[in-house]
Amino acid sequence: MSKVLIVAEHFDGHLNAATARCVSAALALKAQSIDVLVLSDAPDAVAAQAAKLDGVSRVLTIANAANAAPIAQVLAPQIAKAANGYSHVFAPSTTFGKDLLPCVAALLGVAQISDVMAVEGSHVFQRPIYAGNAIITVQAPAAQTVVATIRTASWPAVAAAGNAPVEAITVEATLPTHTRYQGLQAGSSDRPDLQSAAKVISGGRGVGSAENFGIIYKLADKIGAAVGASRAAVDAGYVPNELQVGQTGKIIAPELYVAIGISGAIQHLTGIKDAGTIVAINKDAEAPIFEIADIGLVGDLFKIVPELEQAL
Amino acid sequence: MKILVGYKRVVDYNVRIQVKPDGSGVITDGVKLSANPFDDIALEEALRLREKGVASEVVVVAIGPADLTAHIRNGLAMGANRAIHVVSDQPIEPLAAARVLHKLAEKEKPGLFLLGKQAIDDDANQTGQMLATLWGRPQATFAGKVDIADNVATVTREVDAGLETLEVDLPAVITADLRLNEPRFIKLPDIMKAKSKPIETIAIADLGVDTTAQLRISRHAPPPTRSRGVMVKDVAELVSTLKAKGLL
Repeated sequence: MSKVLIVAEHFDGHLNAATARCVSAALALKAQSIDVLVLSDAPDAVAAQAAKLDGVSRVLTIANAANAAPIAQVLAPQIAKAANGYSHVFAPSTTFGKDLLPCVAALLGVAQISDVMAVEGSHVFQRPIYAGNAIITVQAPAAQTVVATIRTASWPAVAAAGNAPVEAITVEATLPTHTRYQGLQAGSSDRPDLQSAAKVISGGRGVGSAENFGIIYKLADKIGAAVGASRAAVDAGYVPNELQVGQTGKIIAPELYVAIGISGAIQHLTGIKDAGTIVAINKDAEAPIFEIADIGLVGDLFKIVPELEQAL
Repeated sequence: MKILVGYKRVVDYNVRIQVKPDGSGVITDGVKLSANPFDDIALEEALRLREKGVASEVVVVAIGPADLTAHIRNGLAMGANRAIHVVSDQPIEPLAAARVLHKLAEKEKPGLFLLGKQAIDDDANQTGQMLATLWGRPQATFAGKVDIADNVATVTREVDAGLETLEVDLPAVITADLRLNEPRFIKLPDIMKAKSKPIETIAIADLGVDTTAQLRISRHAPPPTRSRGVMVKDVAELVSTLKAKGLL
């Protein structure tokens, strides 16, 4: 029987939505129990949010001043200790989980499975390779703890109507002091979060400049969408890097994705393949984006986008 | 100080990979192979640190079959001082790669181990983190900016929420993200010079680490294809189509 430990991702007292998606993946295992582990200097608020997630058996907290910032080499030894007795350790495949979980796997001496997109059995999973151009079925040894990151775009968030007990635990682990957290420079945005938004409007190189990106933001605000971008738009300095969608940026699965002035390089398509409906607006009728778009419109974005905003 | 750089050979990022009809793998015969783009960025950063006087020597490290020599010469032509080729005929999982790199770290005692944040073939994003853990040293992954002074690296990391800054004591493991730098092009005279640079070869079995594969890949499948979409002629038609689907 599977006993799953999920490492909670949180920031500033708020549980990240990615954690609720990991619970969905754990439910797919038909797990006997699903525990969420919160490491923090002050875990209570986050633990209370995790306790509400449907399907969660228990929330475990490890309070330690050293856990104030998410430093992988500090958190990993505590998680490896807490993992004793569990068959699976999951974390979301976000920059937090990707940074942290391989350290846990190395401490446990097991291979990690990255970006789990489907569960076929307690130790059998599907994951993408080659920028999502192939899907492999991979089996982990039955006798080992499965350490895996969960591809957030593949799993829905569970509802928050539960009421799991919260338990504080302690672990014996020597924590390193070789890493000092200096702070986060967050992109200021009051728009919906890119990774959990139902609608996303993305701009690419075709938008032409940071100023021109104003029309993308205006259109997004009109329909309550998050804003994304291709690598080309980020590299050109039109928008900050955290808006990048693709193999090396964020992998998203909104209900509606509108790609404007984006040609559709393989690396970008990887990030949007699971979107419900993809709309492409591009002046080049031969652009690869039209091969995967559900609805395509060929034309000048500087004419189409303002028209579209008017029509809504 | 010395910098070690992980330097993997992968299918070129422009190749649209095909899954073999029998599901046993992807077609790599006759396909263009290149350095993993993130490893090129890691190597470029190491070379810049040497040019700034922070590093004295840059060593590229590659794990793979005997025919990896041309790939390794590319790293030398880019500017690395020498190379270590760990010869393995079997594909290596990230944990096994990390164990190999850890052995080399113990032997070479670098001040810094630079890797790419992920290889674009297995997309694992694990090796650097696993190496730091086995080595007992700090890690700074997804690096977008690296400053080194007084045996401390200040690294700006590209995280989901924005840019995070960590200060890590050296030796450390840093993994390169896309925007760390723009790798230089290899010039013809440098290709000639690279021919005389030393490549040390080590059989993977001689390192005394467990590199047995743990994971069994039972099937490769192409991704689900999206059905062919429709083209609309103008904004009015686009809006009505989206409204009909309940998306607006």
